[in-house]
Amino acid sequence: MSKGIPEPEQLEIEKPEVRKKLESVGIELNPERRSATFMQVDQETAAVSTFSESVEIMSIRDALKKYDWLEDYFWKAVRRDQDSYTKEADSEDVNGYFIRSFPGKNVKIPVEACLYLKKAKSKQKVHNIIIAEEGSELNIISGCTSHPGVTSGMHIGISEFFVKKDAKITFTMIHSWDSDVEVRPRSVAIVEDNGVFISNYVLMNPVKLVQMYPTAYLGENSTAIFSSIIVALENSVVDAGSRAILRGKGSSAEIISRTISKGGDIIARGHIVGDAPDVKGHLECRGLMLSDNGIIHAIPELEAKFPNVDLSHEAAIGKIAEEEIFYLQSRGLTRDEATASIIRGFMDLDIKGLSEILKREIDKAISMVEKDIF
Amino acid sequence: MTSQKKDILRVVNLGINVDGKSVLQNVNLYIQQGETFALFGPNGSGKSSLLSALIGNPVYKLYSGRIVFKGQDITHLSTDERVRLGMGIAFQTPPKVSGVKLIDILRHCAKIGNRSEEDIYRFAEMLNMEDFLNRYVNQGFSGGEVKRSELLQLLLLNRDFIMLDEPDSGVDLENISIVGNAIKKLLERDRDPESRTKSGLIITHTGHILDYVDADYGVILYKGRIACVGNPYDILNEVSQNGYEGCINKCLREFPNLNNLK
Repeated sequence: MSKGIPEPEQLEIEKPEVRKKLESVGIELNPERRSATFMQVDQETAAVSTFSESVEIMSIRDALKKYDWLEDYFWKAVRRDQDSYTKEADSEDVNGYFIRSFPGKNVKIPVEACLYLKKAKSKQKVHNIIIAEEGSELNIISGCTSHPGVTSGMHIGISEFFVKKDAKITFTMIHSWDSDVEVRPRSVAIVEDNGVFISNYVLMNPVKLVQMYPTAYLGENSTAIFSSIIVALENSVVDAGSRAILRGKGSSAEIISRTISKGGDIIARGHIVGDAPDVKGHLECRGLMLSDNGIIHAIPELEAKFPNVDLSHEAAIGKIAEEEIFYLQSRGLTRDEATASIIRGFMDLDIKGLSEILKREIDKAISMVEKDIF
Repeated sequence: MTSQKKDILRVVNLGINVDGKSVLQNVNLYIQQGETFALFGPNGSGKSSLLSALIGNPVYKLYSGRIVFKGQDITHLSTDERVRLGMGIAFQTPPKVSGVKLIDILRHCAKIGNRSEEDIYRFAEMLNMEDFLNRYVNQGFSGGEVKRSELLQLLLLNRDFIMLDEPDSGVDLENISIVGNAIKKLLERDRDPESRTKSGLIITHTGHILDYVDADYGVILYKGRIACVGNPYDILNEVSQNGYEGCINKCLREFPNLNNLK
């Protein structure tokens, strides 16, 4: 079953530009630095390996064959008929990954999953199921990218997360597409009592459209933290938000986004629903406009259904303060260096509960791209 | 070290506008290598404006005169070019830069100042700033912490001409000697006068800092003009007894041609 490293004809892995693309979305293919690897090229499974006893990984096709009980998870968090894209993903040829951490196990070293778009103008359909069993901890890097030179196509990704009691999932998704690729993720996390769901998203490369609104449903005393770093370049449209439904007493959510428009359009959404007593939520959208073109539209929404909820939001959009550039210039940085440092600082999110390894991966993803765009 | 002092700064007939309003007129100032000047003047007299103009803050627009630094006309150079030529400044209230850590700025400063990574930690310890290295610069810093952070950056930048905007304001008694000693080192006031290579221009309201750092000359800025030049301790004494007006009037009697104030 273990396929190890993907075969050359599938991925042309030996090409440095392919390696670099994979690396820029956190895919290392290095057993020393990953607990498990899954790779899908277009619709086919190109690699599956596990290097840890604490976690299992396989294609969703294999998983559905292996486990009858998976029917209790498949299409149970995301609605099959939610929209035309979920309907389209509900097809025979769908693939995707199944990742599960076993009860009480701690998968600290991240599992990597790569969804790779190889064939131009094709449609990639993915359905993922991620389960952290009771009391376990699971770290995942999900890197999605397109083959160098493949500028058009479509990616539809269904992801259903199940964070069991006292479990924790940290899911870091890094996207690197191309100018004419359309991306429609559909993600829902069901977080049981005392569970923690941390979701990080990084997008810095051109894309035609990303449209998504991942949602977490929270049980008693559970926590969700969503963080997004989004850069929209000329001709890119990114409509991305995060939603937390606090339906368990004492649950909490934090949604943070840093958006930068360098000519592209961004709609930064956020929605927290206080649907139980004693819940707490905070939403923070900050936007930076670097160009006369482009739009950042921040739409933070708060909804309270009980008197004793504590929900707040802050949203701010602006340009880089001249005063800050001047200050750094007074330390000898050129105007360009000062600007780059401030932009880098703007993207520096202090994500609570994020492991050092994942923090490094996010930093690396940012620094690999920032040189080219700022 | 030659005993022949070199020119560091020559400000000639400087006139500066901010938002179309003149804040400095006919300012002339000549500072040589190794000299430290204390800059006095009432609130709003143009002291900070002068420092801002010298370092090249783009908000301060030059409408007359020129600035010559180390023999080179720098009137139209950008701030970072001036810094790389040898100027340095500590601001009174620098901005917070969210996401940019003090240590990152210090590494830049050390690179320019030819200082090592060990120097960063050595100077940070000296200024009691070790716990601030990984903090975003100036974010949540107290008044005194801001001053120490500014001096730490300057120590690593290792420039030849250093401007300090009220380095003593907001610094508590416990830290004033730390700040004083740092400035002393920065301006080489702990060396004998002949061997000093650093020059300075220090704005001080109270003169407290002069208890730790001696200055060679005092200058009063008044209504955007240089109104008095002399011994800094005499000036301080005169101002504390008779106010700025009194000091300036006395100055005018002694040097009627110093400047045309009206």
